[in-house]
Amino acid sequence: MSACFESRDLVIPGDVLYEGRIRTGDNTCRAEGKVCATRIGLVNYGHGSVSVIALEAGYNPLVGDLVVGEVIDIDLGHWIVDIDASAEAVLNVPDAIDAPFRPDIVMPDILDVGDTIVAKIVDLDRRRTPILSILGRGLGKMEEGLIIRITPSKIPRLIGKKGSMVNMILKETGCMAVIGQNGRVLVQGRTREQEEMVVNVVGKIEREAHTTGLTNRIQEYIKQMKEGGN
Amino acid sequence: MSPRKKKVEWKRADGRELNELRPIKIESGILPNADGSAYIEMGRNKIIAGVFGPREMHPKHLAKPHMAVLRCRYHMAPFSVDPRRSPAPSRRDNEISRVMRYALEPAIFLERYPRSSIEVYAEVLQADGGTRCASINAATVALVDAGIPMRDLVVACAAGKMDGRIILDLGDYEDKKGEADVPVAYMPKLGKVTLLQMDGVLSAEELEQCIDISIEGCKQIYEMQREALKKKYGIEEEET
Repeated sequence: MSACFESRDLVIPGDVLYEGRIRTGDNTCRAEGKVCATRIGLVNYGHGSVSVIALEAGYNPLVGDLVVGEVIDIDLGHWIVDIDASAEAVLNVPDAIDAPFRPDIVMPDILDVGDTIVAKIVDLDRRRTPILSILGRGLGKMEEGLIIRITPSKIPRLIGKKGSMVNMILKETGCMAVIGQNGRVLVQGRTREQEEMVVNVVGKIEREAHTTGLTNRIQEYIKQMKEGGN
Repeated sequence: MSPRKKKVEWKRADGRELNELRPIKIESGILPNADGSAYIEMGRNKIIAGVFGPREMHPKHLAKPHMAVLRCRYHMAPFSVDPRRSPAPSRRDNEISRVMRYALEPAIFLERYPRSSIEVYAEVLQADGGTRCASINAATVALVDAGIPMRDLVVACAAGKMDGRIILDLGDYEDKKGEADVPVAYMPKLGKVTLLQMDGVLSAEELEQCIDISIEGCKQIYEMQREALKKKYGIEEEET
């Protein structure tokens, strides 16, 4: 009945985090009465549970997530969309044009292979295939911008507490951004330089996601970059 | 030419102790294009491992409905040995690919990703005996770097027999001239052996001895794997 690490220690798969009965959170598993880590990350003890904040993890699709994906195939009545998950996502025609599917619809005219879309996961079907929808504000096909890919487990860090980090970055650089929960960030700025600034900042956040006081350091970093550019 | 003269100073070809590992260097996260990657130098072995996944299985008919499929590929570069070898996958490559899969499978939560695949590629840039063990060591670090959920790390190390003595971590010369070679893969936290092969002739006691010292070797390598995984984040950690 004891914790084996301090909170926010770096742990590696197989490390015993706790011996005894406790609720297990993300990225942990029970083995022979012990709680072990399953991913590399920072351990978190709190309120009768133990979990690991993963530093490296693939994207696990959940209903309600906003994702940035690429159309990779067109099938009868639906598009196949790559969202960097373990399964490819499906976008049905009624979820794309708000009308039932009719055989005379020319699907490539609505979305073609290679198009980038911002979509919402509305359902996971019985095979855990994500079902997407592009009906709604801010959703749909994206014509312009730059896509940055980061580790999906670092998205919460990029957003910050109540969006503090991303709001600061967008204010400082003057860009627009759509942050997909799947680790793809779509950046739209007025100039190429603005977009590249965001690329650099996101890269820095990804490298230093596990450190504290990051928002202030990023603010400094943007300031430096602005001065360097002028 | 007396027999005594031979017995006096028995040393390993590279002057190591009987239970001493070769110098090891491991790095994680070296390839930005792979989901996870690692580089290992184990003596004169140089191996790069890359991991992709979990992602949609192609071709789809090979996907399993209740679990992910682990696909491994071990490959030796043409310049990894002297003389040059053909880059085509050989019988030996296929064997080691399969053996790697068997060694790694028990450590991965494959059942969490039904109908998908996890791909592990080990590329031998330079070979010097014990590449299958070194490949497994690199592949484990790459799997962790890819964020694939695992029960434990898998560590591999070989032991063998040369001139009647049980030795740890055989080099190329010892592998070829020795009497036997026993590669062992081991999960240190769970205390389970995931791979055990034997090539050559050993008595039952000798085999047990080989397994024991290779597990000891594995535990030493395990610490180095941990260091390598932590080093990727270590530099920034000191800033806080």
